[in-house]
Amino acid sequence: MTSLDRFPFDRCASELLVALRVGHVTSEDLVQAALAQIEKYDPHVGAFLAVRGEKALDQAREIDRRRARGEKLGLLAGIPVAVKDNLCMEGEPTTCASRMLANFVPPYDATVVARLKAADAVIIGKTNLDEFAMGGSTETSAFQKTRNPWDLERIPGGSSGGAAACVAARMVPLSVGSDTGGSIRQPAALCGVTGLKPTYGRVSRYGLVAFASSLDQIGPLAQSVEDCALLLEVLAGHDPRDATSINRPVPPYRELVFQRPDAIKIGYVPEMLSDGVSPDVVRTMEETLNVFRSLGAEIREVALPHARYAVATYYIIACSEASSNLARYDGVHYGYRTDEKAMLAELAEERRRLQQEGNLAALDDLDTALVRLYRKTRAEGFGAEVKRRIMLGTYALSAGYYDAYYLKALKVRRLIRQDYDQAFERVDMILGPVTPAPAFRIGEKINDPLAMYLFDLFTVSANLAGIPALAFPAGLSTEGLPIGVQLQGPPLSEERLLQMGYLFQQVTDWHRRRPPLIENDRLLS
Amino acid sequence: MGERPYKIVIGLEVHVQLLTESKLFCGCSTKFGAPPNTQTCPVCIGMPGVLPVMNRKAFELAVKTGLALNGEIARFSKWDRKNYYYPDLPKGYQISQYDLPICRGGYLDIPAEDGEGTRRIGIIRVHLEEDAGKSMHDEKAGRADSRIDLNRAGTPLLEIVTKPDLRSPTEAKTFLTELKLLLNYLEVSDCNMQEGSLRVDANINLHIPTDDGQYVATPIVEVKNMNSFRAVERALTYEAQRQYEAFLETGHKLGDVPKQTRGWDEDAQITRPQRSKEESSDYRYFPEPDLVPVTITEEELERIRATLGELPAEIRRRLQTTYQITAYDSDVIVNQGRAFVDYYCRLAQGCGDGKMAANWVQQDVLRTLNERQWTIAQFPVSADNLAELLRKVRGGELDTAKARMVFAEMVEQCCSAGEAIQRLGIVQVDEGELRRLCEELVAANPRVVAEVKAGKDKAIGSLVGQAKKRNPNINPARVKEICLELIQRQS
Repeated sequence: MTSLDRFPFDRCASELLVALRVGHVTSEDLVQAALAQIEKYDPHVGAFLAVRGEKALDQAREIDRRRARGEKLGLLAGIPVAVKDNLCMEGEPTTCASRMLANFVPPYDATVVARLKAADAVIIGKTNLDEFAMGGSTETSAFQKTRNPWDLERIPGGSSGGAAACVAARMVPLSVGSDTGGSIRQPAALCGVTGLKPTYGRVSRYGLVAFASSLDQIGPLAQSVEDCALLLEVLAGHDPRDATSINRPVPPYRELVFQRPDAIKIGYVPEMLSDGVSPDVVRTMEETLNVFRSLGAEIREVALPHARYAVATYYIIACSEASSNLARYDGVHYGYRTDEKAMLAELAEERRRLQQEGNLAALDDLDTALVRLYRKTRAEGFGAEVKRRIMLGTYALSAGYYDAYYLKALKVRRLIRQDYDQAFERVDMILGPVTPAPAFRIGEKINDPLAMYLFDLFTVSANLAGIPALAFPAGLSTEGLPIGVQLQGPPLSEERLLQMGYLFQQVTDWHRRRPPLIENDRLLS
Repeated sequence: MGERPYKIVIGLEVHVQLLTESKLFCGCSTKFGAPPNTQTCPVCIGMPGVLPVMNRKAFELAVKTGLALNGEIARFSKWDRKNYYYPDLPKGYQISQYDLPICRGGYLDIPAEDGEGTRRIGIIRVHLEEDAGKSMHDEKAGRADSRIDLNRAGTPLLEIVTKPDLRSPTEAKTFLTELKLLLNYLEVSDCNMQEGSLRVDANINLHIPTDDGQYVATPIVEVKNMNSFRAVERALTYEAQRQYEAFLETGHKLGDVPKQTRGWDEDAQITRPQRSKEESSDYRYFPEPDLVPVTITEEELERIRATLGELPAEIRRRLQTTYQITAYDSDVIVNQGRAFVDYYCRLAQGCGDGKMAANWVQQDVLRTLNERQWTIAQFPVSADNLAELLRKVRGGELDTAKARMVFAEMVEQCCSAGEAIQRLGIVQVDEGELRRLCEELVAANPRVVAEVKAGKDKAIGSLVGQAKKRNPNINPARVKEICLELIQRQS
């Protein structure tokens, strides 16, 4: 390749690495290309919350120098990578797209950020997300909307909306997201890119700002399965700082991905292709099953009888954990704090009024300054969706409701896991849709939280069960929007999922399609 | 308790900081007294994205304590989050243990109040949790500022909950003293209340007898803010009487009113109600998703059990039976700690007289340690050297007064008894020489001899006095013995 390619990031990262190694291109070229692409498209897409322009270029030049000196370089040396803004990076603002953390600069690196640095990747910037990763459209970000590069009037999905959109718009080849209930797979599907949610514990969560600790998992987004394999190999591995991380060696995914898996049995759940699922999605699923059949896979029907409780179960568990995880944002130690003077004046005024009225009961109930500080800080610092989930979770954990909600949800979670265990006795992996429909319009569901939650129908189960799931593009809707499917497998079956996905991408070209936006610059106006 | 018209029922909740090098869920030091917020890291100050990792050493100390308290160690225990807001709790929740504590059941035998035997106090549970930070309220000059020191945040804290088996404030104090001693012996905690490494809350109510031979129970009150064992005793004494008077006044029984929390006011020496808002908490406990459950194998359990060593109650029994000393003496010795006990035992064996050894360690050794602020490890006179001295006393070579001088010299010069005797110029008087001297004195003092014969034993003192004048090195006790023997032989 030459550095003159119009879309250098049409190439997969492994190709770019070869080009770097043989000297056809420098890391500086790649970072320049990424910055140019961001400059051109991001004003329309809004994928990035922060771009490390000069710092990234400096780093790229340093890597080029080290390469010229013949030094040993890391696995991703010189490749631009985007990082979701809920991953801590030392010295760089990490906002979680929340007012609460607008000025928060972590004094440490998330383990995955440290791993990217160790692999000599160039972190180009931090991508937009739903506030604290709570949402499926990136609309709850406190700072900006991210638009789907395939149709700027539509959402990119979420919560890793920025992470998926920047890959779709060829701004970067690789991007790191997090998936609590579909937050990697759903935007990947809606933006026409490939994304993997690894097995719970495969990638360290240290430094990932927690949403729901037992569900959160970091993973790669890229244009191809092959690149996801490469990035996963860098991200994965045991971390003594995460007690839930799995202490098992990391297979060489980037090499194993090319191996053809033998005698694969793929299951699917017929019920998932019925009510409420768009015909485009059903058609895509059927076509994908046919492709796998033609590749020699045996297709079997399987049942996941408790899947229909997954959304309810997920929202109880995720919100319960979130209500506790987000308690630390109280304005005392760091992050946003309400205007104390105004708060104290307001409190004094209230006290005076109640005293005048002689309302002793209300006076007795009046907040202390500390409680009022908490209340105002949190009322002002969090957006509506975050507050809704904190309240849901607080309710579910409260005395008298715990058994009926949280405890019951834990039991259903176990049943969902058992469903998968049983299914994986019959098949190696399960193919299913990622979303019930292609990307919806911005604003369409923002005032209907339930409709928004139901959009997570097909993704939350993998998080509840802790299993890996690979989403990849498999078709276009009649309106020309990307449609994705996902392969789910038993714990630590990433290798096989990637092999199967790679095989699919060898015989199809859905992952190579570019959004019309970047094919035709006139669409930018 | 005899004269009280009611029975007191007390249960304690004791928090002790464990003697680990590092905190429960991160690598920060737990050392007391460092400048504020210098022993912190992103984990213990609850920064976004950080995760806790359990300190296995803290877990082992908790298991050790559970075993020493005769409890059932859980082969599988887990962590839970206790959610509440407070500025010194940076995460907005405390990692604790709710329904699967490390240890359930057990007991601690404490010396009975009447001095006869022991009383068995039941333990409900022992669990591990992380400590919060410290809020420092600046109250001078009317400033509303509060400052927070997070050095303590994340320090491993063991919570020990007793059954309501304690029957008096004194017994509560005795329990705490015995518990502290046990934890010191286990090297689990230094239990320093001033430094906050031991904190106590108490639940107390009364059983008041009724005419029909039954009793009514008063509402249970939780008493907090007691900063010494003495404060515990006083606060509970005050609170018992207060409850009795309140009962006489209101007739409120257990269940009539919600559980109350009262704080001990050390200055006023009374308990005061704490704001009801502070007590009506719903902690929304749920399993801590950032940590994995903790398991322990039989092998590990046995390995920890093997580190318990001999515990205070057993040592007291052993000292009493082996060295024939009183319960009181064994108590004093055991209270000084394991090293002191070892010193005593070696001394008792070396000098061959347990009682004498007990007297010397309690009086001379302990007094010196206290005066010089030494530990027994710093004490310059080894048990063997002191035993040599005591053997000389027993053998009649030295009287007690001289032995004390020699002891002082040994402490000053870090030398053996023999060297100290030489340094002091104490010349050992030969038995034959001593006898000749006595014979001379008896012969030269017929009047004294007559008095002694007449039953006035005290008169012999005059002979001892003369002997001292002639040779200051003589052992007066021995002179007295020999003279009496000679006089008796005359008759």
